[in-house]
Amino acid sequence: MMSDEIPIDSQPEQADSPQVATRRTFAKVVVGGVGFCYAAAIGYPVYRFLNSPVEKAALAAAVTEITLKDAQKLPVASALIFKFGPEPCLLIHLPDGKWVALSAKCTHLGCTVQYLPDKSHIFCACHGGTYDPATGHNVAGPPPRPLKQFVVKEVTDTAVVVSRT
Amino acid sequence: MRKPIQAAYAWANERLDLDDMVKFARKKTVPEHRHSAWYYWGGITLFFFLAQAVSGVLLLLYYRPGPDAYESVRQITFDIHFGWLIRSTHSWAANLMLISIFVHMFSVYFMKAYRSPREFGWWSGIVLLMMSMVFGFSGYLLPMNELAYFATKVGLEIPASLPVIGPVMADLVRGGLEVNEFTVHRFFALHVVVLPALFIPLLGFHLWLVQKHGNALPPSEEARPAAARRSIPFFPNFMLKDLAMWLIALNILAVLAAMFPWDLGQAADPLKPAPRGIHPEWYFMSQFQVLKVFGNWLPGAAGEIIGLVWFTLGMILWCIIPLYDPRNDGGRRGRRATYFGLLALLILIVTTAWGYWAIHSETLTDARPAPPIAGAALTPHQQIRSNPPAP
Repeated sequence: MMSDEIPIDSQPEQADSPQVATRRTFAKVVVGGVGFCYAAAIGYPVYRFLNSPVEKAALAAAVTEITLKDAQKLPVASALIFKFGPEPCLLIHLPDGKWVALSAKCTHLGCTVQYLPDKSHIFCACHGGTYDPATGHNVAGPPPRPLKQFVVKEVTDTAVVVSRT
Repeated sequence: MRKPIQAAYAWANERLDLDDMVKFARKKTVPEHRHSAWYYWGGITLFFFLAQAVSGVLLLLYYRPGPDAYESVRQITFDIHFGWLIRSTHSWAANLMLISIFVHMFSVYFMKAYRSPREFGWWSGIVLLMMSMVFGFSGYLLPMNELAYFATKVGLEIPASLPVIGPVMADLVRGGLEVNEFTVHRFFALHVVVLPALFIPLLGFHLWLVQKHGNALPPSEEARPAAARRSIPFFPNFMLKDLAMWLIALNILAVLAAMFPWDLGQAADPLKPAPRGIHPEWYFMSQFQVLKVFGNWLPGAAGEIIGLVWFTLGMILWCIIPLYDPRNDGGRRGRRATYFGLLALLILIVTTAWGYWAIHSETLTDARPAPPIAGAALTPHQQIRSNPPAP
């Protein structure tokens, strides 16, 4: 029934001829280049589209200082959790009256830790990691590093100011 | 580099018999003749469907159905990087897909590709077309803007005019007595879960049938002796041509989406009157105009009911064509079926054009200035209109 196959490329292959080889290389480079341009023209908008919330979060994370209103009222030997950008942080009023601000993100696998004043350490419920509340040093369990430290800049009559450095 | 690739191919080939597939693809041929350009339209439709699927999944990442629907589409359009482009691509691909479906359907019709043994291809294609229209209708509401709100309201009033079951059906689809946030939720579930779950297997069936029966020959080719017919291998020759068509389709889609971004419009407000010149998407225009005409002739719900009977009758006739004109022996032309197809196409085009013309002339009448009242200030628009250039 259906006969007479007519291939598009009816010229016989002449790989040994240098002229044909260059033409083939040229075609390959052009097709590859155009293909790359198309992939970039589609890939770049899609990447930016997907990345939009990441960019927004990164912008929000760029804060360097935060003022916690009424945090000065925090009783001795207790803590509160606040957000420094996207990150949960602990503000601890130590039994000796000193103020400490630490990241509340466990350095093991990222769970949020808690301050246990009766045992006077910071504890992560996920895998039992413990830290020293005064310094943030990892003292027991799986955490590999100390908790990130923030600076309690000033404690006024109305607020506590915490900064990144 | 060559060696490991070949080794990996040999390993997979032992288990999956890839050579067999390649052999099958190479053996398969596609007829080549004066009308073979029409063979590409099914593939073009498939391309636009895939574009819809990809852009649709991307929109799903930020879209929120329910009371927040308009706000989330506003964020997609104005806040998210390139969100306007993804949304515009989705809308344009929807319209281009419907255009290519219509071209595909009528080319199949006039090339008599519905004849035995391809009846199921014709029927599955008709169901796919209707599902695509429901895709369009349900997707149209999702931004919950003014146009979407009224289009859905009107669209659901039509089945509601059917006696007894009509109002019950419409209320169930709406999830209330009026279009509201539950309607958006229902249409959303329909648009992204129910319809794809039905559409994709049916599309698979449709494509499998094409593999099974091959491309149909038009009567003019059937009439020629087999030795005089020409064909090209599917792989790689036809596939490369098909891919070239996809590339053209991609370029057209990209240019339209980027140069003519889809409008967002105003948020739907149930207390605001419908804007002037409101009309459905072009692929519903024919039905819209027929209903309007019948509605003017007949009082009350009778117009809508007659309209629905007319559509149902038309669809039934369109479906039974392969049974009326089943044989292709020796290039039989089947002129009566051709004339019926031409009539259907003519009715579709005329009613669509009529619909647009009616809306155009209505908006023109609205724009005509009121007789000038002494001391009343005219808007610049009215001033231009009431001062025609001197002959």
